[in-house]
Amino acid sequence: MTDTHYDRAPGDISLSAEREGATSSHVGVYTLGLALAVILTATSFWVANTSQLWAPGVPLGLTVLAIAQMGVHLVFFLHITTGPDNTNNVLALAFGVLIVFLVVAGSLWIMSNLNDNMMPGAELMNLHMQH
Amino acid sequence: MNVAVTLDEVRQESLPSASEAGPAPKRIVVAYGFWIFLLSDIVMFAALFAAYAVLVHATAGGPAGAQLFNQGSAAIETACLLASSYTCGLMSLAVDARRRATFYLFALVTFVLGAAFLTLEIREFADMIARDATPQRSAFLSAFFTLVGCHGLHVTAGLIWLAVMMAQVTLKGLRANVERRLLCFALFWHALDIIWVWLFTVVYLMGVRP
Repeated sequence: MTDTHYDRAPGDISLSAEREGATSSHVGVYTLGLALAVILTATSFWVANTSQLWAPGVPLGLTVLAIAQMGVHLVFFLHITTGPDNTNNVLALAFGVLIVFLVVAGSLWIMSNLNDNMMPGAELMNLHMQH
Repeated sequence: MNVAVTLDEVRQESLPSASEAGPAPKRIVVAYGFWIFLLSDIVMFAALFAAYAVLVHATAGGPAGAQLFNQGSAAIETACLLASSYTCGLMSLAVDARRRATFYLFALVTFVLGAAFLTLEIREFADMIARDATPQRSAFLSAFFTLVGCHGLHVTAGLIWLAVMMAQVTLKGLRANVERRLLCFALFWHALDIIWVWLFTVVYLMGVRP
């Protein structure tokens, strides 16, 4: 077995460990990531401030744009890929995303349920006040 | 002949597994460990985001986000942090290519952009407190200052770290352990930018809408 095969560190840009050369194409990776991030950010700010879009859909659109930009950052800046040498990094990330989703969605779900069930409505409040 | 066995053999020959190659180099182990730390840090931010989202309407008669937040300054802060993330990437490339002068240039630009972000954020906080929108005013403001302030503290820590790394490159040179620290710093800085993407989306863009 001549070439040893290691997993890749998160943040490492290329498989080949050569130190010189090919940096111009690496700069291109970061520049492309920056361009995509700028486009997505500008779109987010436009979506939040325009009146041309259906207002109730705007928060969902902003969420989708934020997820897309997170993907751009992960791929172009943190160099997380789907290659076999990146399996550990992707698995750790997937677990992190799962926990984040559970914490945020679970908190919102439970708290809105509690608000619905525990807060007395206006008519109930009036009943209390009547006697 | 068993097809499954054949496929298994072919795969093993073309791609030896990581464990067959022996222990991974220290660079990979260090960066992977730091990646796990960053993910746990992001989980902590998820809890703060959840608290903010739950408390966003609990203004207790005080000012709401729409009256307080200034999207112009949020846009400039976003631009500063995004540009500093880009220059941090270029700094990593300079480290890989062992170009010291380029490293110092991009490290300095990254530091200045990060400091500009922090200055704008502190000015925004001071402005809010001057308008009596302190963390004590309402649950919404407590959650806001905790969430955004925690990110600001992370940026402060990152700036101190970057300054220390510039000193270490000067004093120790681009040794293997200094390079590993720089790799971890780059991961940290990019992760902070990912958190800021969610911050400006959830706090400054969604929060200002009626």
